Amino acid sequence: MQLFPCPFCGPRDETEFHYGGDAGNARPDGADVPIERWANYLHMRGNPKGVAREVWVHMNCSEFFVMERDTVTHEVLSSTALDGGHAQ
Amino acid sequence: MSAKRLQSGGSAIDRSRPLSFSFDGHTVTGFAGDTIASALLANDVAVVGRSFKYHRPRGIWGAGVEEPNALVDIGGATPTTPNTRATTEAAREGLVARSVNATPSAATDRNAFLDRFSRFIPAAFYYKTFMWPDWHMFEPRIRAMAGLGTVDAGWTPKQPSAQVNHHCDVLVVGAGPAGLAAARLASEAGFSTMLVDDQPRAGGSLAHRDGEIDGRSAAAFVEETVAALLAAGHPVLQSTTAFGIYDHHLVGLNQRHGDDRPDTLWRVRPRHIVLATGAIERPLPFANNDLPGIMSADAALSYLRRHAVLVGRRIVVATNNDSAYEVASALAAAGAEVTLVDSRAREIPGAPAKVRVVSGRRIASARGTMRVEGVTLDDGTRLDADSVAVSGGWTPTVHLFCQARGKLAWNEARAAFLPGDPVKGISVAGAAAGAVSLSDVFATAAKAVPGEPKGTVPRSTGSEATAGIVAAWPSRGAHGRVWIDYQNDVTAKDVELAARENFVSVEHLKRYTTLGMATDQGKTSNLAGLALMADITGRSVPEVGTTTYRPPFTPVPLASFTGSRRGELMAPVRRLPLENVHRGDSGVFQEYGGWLRPAYYGGGEADRSIQDEALRARQSVALFDGSTLGKIEVIGPDAAAFVDFIYYNTMSTLKPGRCRYGFMLAENGVVFDDGILVRLDEHRFIVSCSSSHVAAVHARLEEWRQDRFGRAAVYIHNATAEMATLTVSGPNARKLLETVGLGLSLDDADLPHMAMGQGIHDGEPVRVARVSFTGDRSYEISIRADRAEPLWARLREAGKAFDAVLIGLEALMILRAEKGYIVIGKDTDGTTLPHDLGVEGPRAKRQNEFVGRRSLFTEEASRGDRLQFVGLAVPEGEAPLDTGAHAILRDGGNLRSQGFVTSSYMSPALGRPIALGLIRRGAARHGESVEIQHLGKVRTATIAAPCALDPAGDRLHA
Repeated sequence: MQLFPCPFCGPRDETEFHYGGDAGNARPDGADVPIERWANYLHMRGNPKGVAREVWVHMNCSEFFVMERDTVTHEVLSSTALDGGHAQ
Repeated sequence: MSAKRLQSGGSAIDRSRPLSFSFDGHTVTGFAGDTIASALLANDVAVVGRSFKYHRPRGIWGAGVEEPNALVDIGGATPTTPNTRATTEAAREGLVARSVNATPSAATDRNAFLDRFSRFIPAAFYYKTFMWPDWHMFEPRIRAMAGLGTVDAGWTPKQPSAQVNHHCDVLVVGAGPAGLAAARLASEAGFSTMLVDDQPRAGGSLAHRDGEIDGRSAAAFVEETVAALLAAGHPVLQSTTAFGIYDHHLVGLNQRHGDDRPDTLWRVRPRHIVLATGAIERPLPFANNDLPGIMSADAALSYLRRHAVLVGRRIVVATNNDSAYEVASALAAAGAEVTLVDSRAREIPGAPAKVRVVSGRRIASARGTMRVEGVTLDDGTRLDADSVAVSGGWTPTVHLFCQARGKLAWNEARAAFLPGDPVKGISVAGAAAGAVSLSDVFATAAKAVPGEPKGTVPRSTGSEATAGIVAAWPSRGAHGRVWIDYQNDVTAKDVELAARENFVSVEHLKRYTTLGMATDQGKTSNLAGLALMADITGRSVPEVGTTTYRPPFTPVPLASFTGSRRGELMAPVRRLPLENVHRGDSGVFQEYGGWLRPAYYGGGEADRSIQDEALRARQSVALFDGSTLGKIEVIGPDAAAFVDFIYYNTMSTLKPGRCRYGFMLAENGVVFDDGILVRLDEHRFIVSCSSSHVAAVHARLEEWRQDRFGRAAVYIHNATAEMATLTVSGPNARKLLETVGLGLSLDDADLPHMAMGQGIHDGEPVRVARVSFTGDRSYEISIRADRAEPLWARLREAGKAFDAVLIGLEALMILRAEKGYIVIGKDTDGTTLPHDLGVEGPRAKRQNEFVGRRSLFTEEASRGDRLQFVGLAVPEGEAPLDTGAHAILRDGGNLRSQGFVTSSYMSPALGRPIALGLIRRGAARHGESVEIQHLGKVRTATIAAPCALDPAGDRLHA
């Protein structure tokens, strides 16, 4: 079982977290956004081998944050609150 | 008689505490400290089990976790623990053990005839032989004949397994010389340390091999080291197997207690792991090398030194390395007549006393039926023997290292795979790292402890072990049956067959022949199998490679993993604050979306009770506990903009003190939840969402808050559990409440439909919302959960004058369906868009952004033939439609779905069935009839508006 660092609560078991998608997948606003762009936002995921930047949420404290981790080694490289705070 | 208990000796047993237990119905005697295996050997029981496929008689091979043969079911008529290794299970008074895969017993198995047919059932026979007419015809019988232990599916442990979480700096796995030294050094360096070992007593090889440490006996070293660790407060767990290393170095331990208590599961998070897991002795390849009485040489020595059991009178010790010399010497000293057959050609200096040494020869075959009676050497020499102790070399126990993604490196001199490049946070010491002499063992242990070396490294002061191995792998075309894998009945010929049929990859070899499968996972057999495959295919052993090592290292009872999570605790339900009150009213409880709620009251026949509740609710007044309804507060200067973005409907125009119904969409436009939004004041809203959706809605609100609006602008608080919500609904709802007194005016001018007021009851603030899920005048009264009981009692009391009825969730479902009110996820599915439900306005008019907006304008969303929400009426006198039944379209001979029934009930108020459904183009087809098909039966229904009762909504204000 992996340990993920919540920026608020510190290292916790992975079962307390939910995956929230790729980080940096900015939402295009508007009813007239080109449909390809909207489809990319909704459906296309990077699924990188190696370092990935992902949004996760710690269900216990509701904190969303960006975690960088290696999808091959499962090493966690960093975790940053959405407003820029860091894991203690 | 051949094996026997000696009159003295045995470091592990306590002769003052005799015991007896039952094996296959026979009484076996032993002493405290015996394993089942050592006691069976002491009682000269040769056959302890039957093999997986051919039902060959098998005896005890080893003395540890690697045991392939001696498996027993524990627990008498109802086996409680199947496939337990007799070599690790402590013997105890009154225990009942049974051999596996044998009927009626291991000694007299009636399926033994199968062995005579073995040449017809080689590896993978079932892929080829039982194809016609159908494998499934043969499968049940074949499965019944194969297999190992028996499971009693109905058995549950008396008490749950304990589960312990533990953190430490250094976890040392294995309490042999390497593990003891590493643990002592880690402790002396100031690390919090944990030492675990799968044997009942610490020591590993020191418990039966010669050795002198720091000028003292090995036993003294073991005892003093364990005492020092315990004195320093470090846990030392015996009979505890580290069965797996998982992500981020979580280590799973299973601790056996040697009594009736269930095992304990430990989850350990060490900063550093030292693997001192030792090595496992391999068999030697010769024909009939699986006969009972043929065992690991190291095990023979272990039984002699630990349990004072001499495994035979006339013993052939066969080896290809130095380690068996000490065994031969000790067995001879204990009184056996010993012949040592050494396959190595070179002269071995220092032949042990009283041992006849035959060098440069190997065993060609063994003979005997129910136990070994002798061997024939490769030069034709016949030797009589009642026991054969073999050493084919040592396989380092690298399982945990490999589970942690460690890579192996082939070492030709050792004829073994050794741990390769180090893995961060893990070090390997002792025999597992390829060390043979105690000096090397201690050197690797010293290096294995992280940080600057501190403390004193133990010194070996006695004679030193040497390896000297010359590999003796099975070879092609050998005569007779040379067994590679005892547990799965895989012979050298099976490996050759796999190679012939091109299953040459080691993973294919495993699956095709079952080499290395089942409970022992090939701990004694894998290397010989892949060495033979290498030989056949002209590759080197490392080119063939090993199969993937996966947890668990040894079988772990499911009860250990389960722990307390069984029965009610498997998936705990959420409970109403008033549960006990409802039980007092004979509420019949069911789980709805994780909540335990009254389905109906009174304990009568369900259908009649529900119909009665739904009818009476329309006649006068109903009381309903709606406490599960979501109550998520949204607070802050941007709260209005926030709810506008979250909801499909415009919410910022809502006035304080008013309520509005709305949808929340997912970004793909699909309706995710519905409910009432209450505006308390300018900057404060309450999101009232579906009971089973609260967690998901809350997470969604938090996501948009943190990702789009910011912490300073909006604050979200889930108050669902804090407040109870009691609903009063029906034509007499207002009259009832006026007799209760809620400290606010219930006048329709002050509290109209879709308004909210603040009141007070018995000194406690209450929130009264005039919203309705029944279509009747309704009041939802929210109060602090711990103050709800007196208010509920008051409502009950006041209700007597109005013939008020308690309704459960089932009646509420009928009431809302009569009105065509939807339940998300029941009347909608994962494709339903808001305009499919008839709510087109916001899509057409809204100018500002909201969740899911763009998805409402796709080609798919604009199709004219979407499934749309409708009512479905059936002729009077007919039964309700079946929920899930499909509306069908006849297309030639084919039936095509044009939608389905989502809700269907008998309406007591209307006296006829009602139904809701999603029907293709349904909104424009009111009045049309459709055929509804369910399980082959076709009925006719008429498409109608969803609302079947009071379409004008007069009852809301009555």
